[in-house]
Amino acid sequence: MDLNKFTVKNVVAGLREKKFSSVEVIEDCRKRYSFLDKKIRAFLAVDWEKAKKKAASLDKDGRYENKLAGVPSCVKDVFCAAGMATTAGSKTLKGFIPPYNATVVEKLMEQDSIVVGKGNCDCFAFGGSGENSGYYPTLNPWDFSRVPGGSSSGPAAAVAADEVIFSLGTDTGGSIRQPAGFCGIVGVKPTYGRASRYGLIAMGSSFDTPGPFTKNVEDAALLLEIISGTDSKDATTSMRPVGKYSEGLEKGVSGLRIGLPKEFFIAGTQKEVNGAVLSAVKKLESLGAIIENISLPHAEYALAVYYVLVPCEISANMARYDGIHFGHRSSLGKTADENITLSRSEAFEDELKRRIMIGTFALSAGYYEAFYKRASQVRALIIDDFRKVFEKVDLIISPTSPTTAFKLGERINDPLKMYLADVFTVAVSVAGIPAISLPCGFDNNNLPIGLQIMANQFDEERMFAAAYAYEQATDWHKKKPNI
Amino acid sequence: MKNKISLDQESVKRVAKLARINLKGDEAKRFASQLTDVLEYVNRLKEVDVSNVVPISQVTGLENIVRKDVAQPSLSSKESLENCPETYNQLVKSLPVFEK
Repeated sequence: MDLNKFTVKNVVAGLREKKFSSVEVIEDCRKRYSFLDKKIRAFLAVDWEKAKKKAASLDKDGRYENKLAGVPSCVKDVFCAAGMATTAGSKTLKGFIPPYNATVVEKLMEQDSIVVGKGNCDCFAFGGSGENSGYYPTLNPWDFSRVPGGSSSGPAAAVAADEVIFSLGTDTGGSIRQPAGFCGIVGVKPTYGRASRYGLIAMGSSFDTPGPFTKNVEDAALLLEIISGTDSKDATTSMRPVGKYSEGLEKGVSGLRIGLPKEFFIAGTQKEVNGAVLSAVKKLESLGAIIENISLPHAEYALAVYYVLVPCEISANMARYDGIHFGHRSSLGKTADENITLSRSEAFEDELKRRIMIGTFALSAGYYEAFYKRASQVRALIIDDFRKVFEKVDLIISPTSPTTAFKLGERINDPLKMYLADVFTVAVSVAGIPAISLPCGFDNNNLPIGLQIMANQFDEERMFAAAYAYEQATDWHKKKPNI
Repeated sequence: MKNKISLDQESVKRVAKLARINLKGDEAKRFASQLTDVLEYVNRLKEVDVSNVVPISQVTGLENIVRKDVAQPSLSSKESLENCPETYNQLVKSLPVFEK
């Protein structure tokens, strides 16, 4: 039956209608994993036996009452899952086994989703391709010579390849949206503070956002509804009530004003990408949306703001990896002080060292004003740009990335070139607004193209309504890689 | 404020030391060139007029979130120390702070 190819909705409905069992769903996913994962390497850890046991107990009960009952999933390895090896994709945390679940992982388990394993990622989520994983790179299911995108490389690839039905990733500057775009699936970055960061290994604390990868918009809306909410263990979560994202998807786009920022439709973008996105805009217009040209005057500085503020926050968040309480401890030092430096130097991958040093420099005496403070001020200007634009339009559209998936090794030796791939996603993160990436076409190499729809803070409902309307008027979400 | 940001190997080693990282071999040279590229790129922020702009780091307008100072159940000592490289009597054991 190829149950691994189903969606969340269809798995839960099929189980409740007794069309198949939870164990059968797990078995189909496991078969797919056994066939594919030694090639695409989306996982860092899996436990199929444990998954099967959980499935058997759900089958024994037979009611499948909860919203994700029996649905196999994977979570990015930056989420703590009790009893499961959690490495953040880095050698620093090799062998680390958290004694607690991240809040969002706990929420998945409360709804009876079966978390089968941990998704590969760039080390500590620092990267845009998956090539910075301290273990091995994940491959793009559409073309094994190419990257799946990053940093949530494994979670994206696992869904695109039908190894699991959905996954959880994190988005700090585009790390859900960009791999969703490269892998031809749906990826959602909610408003900052919509979902809890408790148990999420921190990268940039004022940017990090957990979110789902799914095969369609309907599943994404349901997943976001489930993982969102205030959390007393994360003081940065919003106290606003969570919208019923899974209802009202069929509102349509009639009368919705959609803005196209001139700063995001530029010459450097791959021609087929611009073409596909503009076709999508025409489609939305035919469905009743009103298209307007807008401007985000400071958007050209968003990448610079991001690559100052995030490394600064990283340099603070990485200070805890001193080899004392957990993580890699060097055996070479004679004193505690010396050993801190030795432990860090031995464990940290290159990208960790790079970003920590950029952040340390930007916060140091003599440079703090010119870099950290100035970037925080430009951040305020970017937030204001979006606020002004959302007085005129309801949603904003752009390509998710300037190109389709690039080849492995193509950018790894040029960090700046790698960072430039984030140019359409980072402004969203700087402003804390929500955005979704969904497929809108293919290029001449049959590589997926991602459409990004952005909304104002806490306006996920209209973002989903527009995404759903576009998706249901097209066929892109039904296309799968030929593997 | 410097006009052109360029990191030489000595500067890189100094910054690395602040971050408690040792660089070996050609790492200082390699990072100096990569970091210079990035810093030159981000230095474009100096073009922006930021006069009277209040710096921001809380993007959704939250202010101090407080709770009553009442202890709640938490991780046990045993659970907290499960991943500790070395323990002694339910304490974290580290290397000597002072040289003998």
